[in-house]
Amino acid sequence: MSVTLLIEQLINGLQLGTMLFLMASGLTLVFGVMGLINLAHGSFYMVGAYATAVVSAASGSFLLGLAAGVIAAAATGALVELIVIRRLYHRPHLDQVLATFALILIFSEGTRWLFGSSPLWLNPPEWLNGFATLPGGARYPIYRLVIIGVGIAVAIALYVVISRTRLGMRIRAGESDREMIGALGVNIAKLYTLVFAMGAALAGLAGAMVGALQSVQVGMGEPVLILAFVVIVIGGIGSIKGALFGAILVGVVDTLGRVYLPALFNNFMPASEATAIGAALAAMLIYILMAVILAFKPKGLFAAHD
Amino acid sequence: MMSEILLSLDNLNKSFGALRATQDVSLDLRAGEIHALIGPNGAGKSTLIGQIAGNLRPDTGSIQLVGQELTSMSVAQRARLGLGRSFQVSSLAEPLSVMRNVMVAVQALQGHSFRFWKPVNHDRSLLEPAYEALERMQLTHRAWTPVSELSHGERRQVEVACALALKPRALLLDEPMAGLGPEGSAHLTELLETLKLEVPILLIEHDMEAVFRLADRISVLVAGAVIAHGDSATIRQDPRVREAYLGD
Amino acid sequence: MTNLDSSSTAEPGVAQHRARWHDRKGLVQIALLAGLLLVPIGLHLLGHVYYVNLASKVTLIAMAAVGLNLAIGYGGMVSFGHAAYFGLGGYVAGISAYHAFDATALITWPVSIPGSDNMLVIWLAAIVLCGLLALAIGAISLRTTGVYFIMITLAFAQMVYYFANSWPSYGGEDGLPIYLRNGLPGLDTNDALTFFLISFAGLVLAMAITSRLMKSRFGAALTMARLNDTRLATAGINPYPIRLAAFVISAMITGLAGALYADLNGFVSPSMLSWHFSGELMVIVILGGVGRLYGPLAGAVLFVMMETLLGGLTEYWQLFLGLLLLVVVLFAKHGVMGWLAGREHDE
Repeated sequence: MSVTLLIEQLINGLQLGTMLFLMASGLTLVFGVMGLINLAHGSFYMVGAYATAVVSAASGSFLLGLAAGVIAAAATGALVELIVIRRLYHRPHLDQVLATFALILIFSEGTRWLFGSSPLWLNPPEWLNGFATLPGGARYPIYRLVIIGVGIAVAIALYVVISRTRLGMRIRAGESDREMIGALGVNIAKLYTLVFAMGAALAGLAGAMVGALQSVQVGMGEPVLILAFVVIVIGGIGSIKGALFGAILVGVVDTLGRVYLPALFNNFMPASEATAIGAALAAMLIYILMAVILAFKPKGLFAAHD
Repeated sequence: MMSEILLSLDNLNKSFGALRATQDVSLDLRAGEIHALIGPNGAGKSTLIGQIAGNLRPDTGSIQLVGQELTSMSVAQRARLGLGRSFQVSSLAEPLSVMRNVMVAVQALQGHSFRFWKPVNHDRSLLEPAYEALERMQLTHRAWTPVSELSHGERRQVEVACALALKPRALLLDEPMAGLGPEGSAHLTELLETLKLEVPILLIEHDMEAVFRLADRISVLVAGAVIAHGDSATIRQDPRVREAYLGD
Repeated sequence: MTNLDSSSTAEPGVAQHRARWHDRKGLVQIALLAGLLLVPIGLHLLGHVYYVNLASKVTLIAMAAVGLNLAIGYGGMVSFGHAAYFGLGGYVAGISAYHAFDATALITWPVSIPGSDNMLVIWLAAIVLCGLLALAIGAISLRTTGVYFIMITLAFAQMVYYFANSWPSYGGEDGLPIYLRNGLPGLDTNDALTFFLISFAGLVLAMAITSRLMKSRFGAALTMARLNDTRLATAGINPYPIRLAAFVISAMITGLAGALYADLNGFVSPSMLSWHFSGELMVIVILGGVGRLYGPLAGAVLFVMMETLLGGLTEYWQLFLGLLLLVVVLFAKHGVMGWLAGREHDE
């Protein structure tokens, strides 16, 4: 096991982590402010990726596509909030789960209807196609480093928005006391739509950027959504700080587990069995991590409400 | 004459960060009495009730029921040992009948609930004790009415009936008069006066009239500590109590 | 004491709400059950084996939903991971049959246990293993409430899913075929009608157990845990073990349905463990009417009918399922049974 491989895998984990953070921050914000569990968050990820793929292909510009993806996801989010989601704020979680599950079916099948079942192709822009040399000498795709950079930038921007601006003040007030911000004359309905659209935009951004690494297809948001759930459960639902910490933790543990666990088992059992057991265990690793954390802290590491 | 001590709190302390919500609180509840606990808002009454009932764990000190150490027990264990409790805000299951609300308490008294076969609605060993508890609160005519159709005062009575069904050794009543109106309040006062002869009552109450009329002893809680203790006459005249309630 | 029995009271008590065979609710329930039993028998006489198998599918999905309904509807525990038990039950049937077919040992350590193609053995194993899995998952998950519980049960089910997906011995993501349907002594399980009747008996048994359970002391405690767990604790009953036991029983029922379902299809794959299936089971419970004895059955009939009829018309039938579900959740909260048979009461 060389240091080079370790560094490369750590950066891979960081990249997965920053993407998970973009998904998880929206989910956790929507839960923290509105008390809503939204399964359809993965659909915004998909919408972002499809819009980016379509506009990039038509215009030839990845950046234009990316902007379109983010805007499309935000607009879809706002629309969904206005039509469906706002009827769910005062409903039991069971209703929220089912209604947003229904939205997943509608978005997934609707997208399949429009674009078919075969994936769309989306490539990173030419000018990001090169490789950078990592400490230790490994070559690493620049595009993936850019994704990490974007993720970090979003995390900083979110921090500034929430801790320093009037919007952030209202979001924080909304978390602690819904009646109070109503009494202060803030238009709660508008605030909720805005927060929801913002979360959708971040999911769309993640979908667009990852879409260029993998393929753009129906259902692409679902595995990411479930990982994002694990992230916010570990971090403490409603906490942005928890989402950031949880995302990096899950990203790194998952990535390293898949590389190192089979190798670890190789030390004391035959290679074929080691690969099988190692791979199966690696696939379960983050869920085991979650179970262990919850056994000690049932409300996650950074519980927002006690 | 000193009667038997059933519930005793010994040097309880509880802090939330820098806030000392309970400070060296010691008090007891004796057979045949109503012991009222009063105090202005924010005096730490809820925190104290939480510790007695088992929702909160004190930092130090101990709570005993008939000589049994309760301090590390769960809410359910305390209830089974005979600590009956009513809530400030009604905590009944609204869609269920009065009877079903009371029967659950009887069920707990008769051992574990992992009995999967015999239907409860025809189980006389559950129905009869529950009915008795309702009789005591003069509620039998409402036995099969869903709680959601009851008046505010009736719900208070059902809460007490639920507590009685546990055959409690001590009752903890949290503002039972709240929101009752003069007539309901008078009715409940009458009931509590006969009830105390069987089960002593630790009464947390805002309605000072009721407290002075009902209580044999009164403890005054201010800023987490008991500042005065005695019968109605003593408490009425205590300058510190007057200051806490009337002063700024 | 004259007022003891709820049926002897003049007050609008619970007795009036109980189903009688001749009132609306009783009629709807009998019609559903009789329809599910008689239609396949009729179709079998006419030689339509396909529809008999379809009826078996409805029955087993309904049975899985009966299990979930015990957790969600009666216990108030919104489990988003019941596919784990359905799939585990399926894999028990598949793996046991695989080793029986190969005449190899199921496990060799600490003792050697051969595979079995006897359904009775398989059912018992499925029930026990699903109960143990639910005991472990429930013990951790029930320490939490609300959204945490939903997400944690989902995550644990995903863990089982990914394990099955990446464990190569039993087919991994390709799944595992059951070449010969498992058997029951004295019966020809390969006969579609026989298999349907076995499934039907399982469903009726699961419903009868649920019904009896909910009328018992355990059911009274579980109902109170759902409606108001503070009341239950204040009455001297700790809600946690009550919920955990209900969760385990719920998983056992769903697991048994899964074992039969694998035999019905002659195939088990990770898709039985997928979160989509957990979601669909919830949808069935809600469409039918949550917390109602016949709700899962009504929901399963509606779901499989939509899948078959709409699915025959358009590849995108789930789009319409989504729209229907949205309408039901937003506007018609009591499901098909609420619409057909009136509102349900908790006693």
